[in-house]
Amino acid sequence: MATLDLKGVKKTYPGGVAAVHGVDLEIADGELVVLVGPSGCGKSTLLRMIAGLESITEGTISIAGDVVNRKEPAERDIAMVFQNYALYPHMSVRGNLEYGLKNRGTPREDIDQRVAEAARILEITPFLDRKPRQLSGGQRQRVAMGRAIVRKPKAFLFDEPLSNLDAKLRGQMRIEIRRLQRTLGTTSVYVTHDQLEAMTLADRLVVMNAGRIEQVGKPIELYDRPASLFVAGFIGSPPMNLFEIDKLRSLPGAEALQTLPAGTGIVGVRPDTVALSQANGPSIKLTGTIELIEPVGGESHLYVRCEGINQIVTIVAQGRTGLTETSMLDFWLPQAGFHPFNIETGKRLA
Amino acid sequence: MVENRPFLTFLTHMVLIVGVVVVVFPVYLAFIASTHGSGDFLSGVPPLLPGPHLIDNYYKMLTTGLSSAGAPPVWMMMMNSLVMALTIAVGKIAISIISAYAIVYFKFPFRLLAFWAIFLTLMLPVEVRIIPTFKVVADLGMLNSYAGLAIPLIASATATFLFRQFFLTVPDELMEAARVDGAGPIKFFRDILLPLSRTNIAALFVILFIYGWVQYLWPLLVTTDPKYYTIVMGIKRLAAVADSDPLWNLVMAAVILAMLPPVLVVIFMQRLFVKGLVETEK
Repeated sequence: MATLDLKGVKKTYPGGVAAVHGVDLEIADGELVVLVGPSGCGKSTLLRMIAGLESITEGTISIAGDVVNRKEPAERDIAMVFQNYALYPHMSVRGNLEYGLKNRGTPREDIDQRVAEAARILEITPFLDRKPRQLSGGQRQRVAMGRAIVRKPKAFLFDEPLSNLDAKLRGQMRIEIRRLQRTLGTTSVYVTHDQLEAMTLADRLVVMNAGRIEQVGKPIELYDRPASLFVAGFIGSPPMNLFEIDKLRSLPGAEALQTLPAGTGIVGVRPDTVALSQANGPSIKLTGTIELIEPVGGESHLYVRCEGINQIVTIVAQGRTGLTETSMLDFWLPQAGFHPFNIETGKRLA
Repeated sequence: MVENRPFLTFLTHMVLIVGVVVVVFPVYLAFIASTHGSGDFLSGVPPLLPGPHLIDNYYKMLTTGLSSAGAPPVWMMMMNSLVMALTIAVGKIAISIISAYAIVYFKFPFRLLAFWAIFLTLMLPVEVRIIPTFKVVADLGMLNSYAGLAIPLIASATATFLFRQFFLTVPDELMEAARVDGAGPIKFFRDILLPLSRTNIAALFVILFIYGWVQYLWPLLVTTDPKYYTIVMGIKRLAAVADSDPLWNLVMAAVILAMLPPVLVVIFMQRLFVKGLVETEK
């Protein structure tokens, strides 16, 4: 259990390619922070730098107040869960769990007790004497987590641990990771590209783009007030609708735009705040043809082509809509749901 | 490919049977010859059915050998061959697995150069560099010694290359997990890489043992003392006697004995050998 401190962390590869351009991040004791972003945004590199698997070009990383820049991974007292589990194939599950403890000279009875406890928590006791290849994907994932928790490390580092599982198992394991992390109270950093996983797991969410942090905050804060166009497009599924403000000015109800701060170039509206009937308060009216309906179950995703502004608008409609494809649809963008962005900087205004 | 064409089945089986006969018949002939007395070959037609002298012939070859041909007892030559083949096989595996480990897992200056230097030696097998190698071995005073027999044949680009290819297929995460688990380079090699390479080592051992066992030219050059004769070169000496017909029954007994160890190695390591060739345990 420990705090994690990243100060001005940069990574430049020998070829001159910069993967991480100066990241500052403080992680509190027991917090679960999720790093999320598209492929190549530097989130995995950052995690591997915390783990000690990549060198740090500039800046410092401290674990529990100690600068660990020059320490080997094993000396940092962290545990990592890898995407492909990285279980030792020739060792039994027990061997896998024990290996790290043996290497640091933990006494035998202590090892046995810790392995038994981890196995009990993760419900892998029946498999302790099997080889990893005799286990299913979900079981392997548990063993990989077991290997992390037997060490009782200062921090857990998860590198996309669920992306090799099928959707159902992923949902289950996500809940288990969350529960486990809460029970153990171990500081954790979790890397994923799946924004749903990120939203549901995180105490705090770090959205990264091109080696920089775009925004840090509670998941719901990021959803409600994305700080930039990138975050707006990345968090939330389906993604936010973005309109150029000039295209909206000539539409009925355009006076709703007047309250937006000066310099607003782009207006974002979440698909689930688009209204299918005139709502209270000012709103802009749009009309379009329904191109596609994706019934997801409790809700439907409508893709509506609006000739007037030459754009496809995504709408999340609750319940059964009774709408059909190719039919015309009127809908309203309520002022309360506007997210104003500057067009040049991509930053949120107000 | 479930097909039922009787003629094709027949044809393929014929081809296979002919192949087996071509391989097995000479061995059979050698074995039959080794069971006869020395007089049975004078007619010029080798016998096709077993004779009564099996035990006599083998006993004579194993214990006293053919002193007239200047060859020591077969058991001694077989021991020499065994020492040479084992040293070569174990030495080659030990050296090449370590060099492959260095090339794959460590970044050091001229790493690529080192790899290509090793790779280039593939072009220079013993037979090509035999004169200079002989000169070096002679100058080092290693003629007529086990060291002289085995050491020049130990360096192996093939085995290094094979291990390199295998190591490249081992996921990097395994090494990283081991680092996080506190395993240094030696521990990682011993605890993880070596056990994973088990089947590859077994397969290579079979191939390299046989390679060492069948060496002919090199032992012929570096040994002049019968104490160090190996079985494969010894057979040639048995057959090339001056002023009389070779004692084919005894020569063939030596041939059969020479064949045994490779066969045994293959039989006992077959399971691992096949595993090593077809699957990688990951």
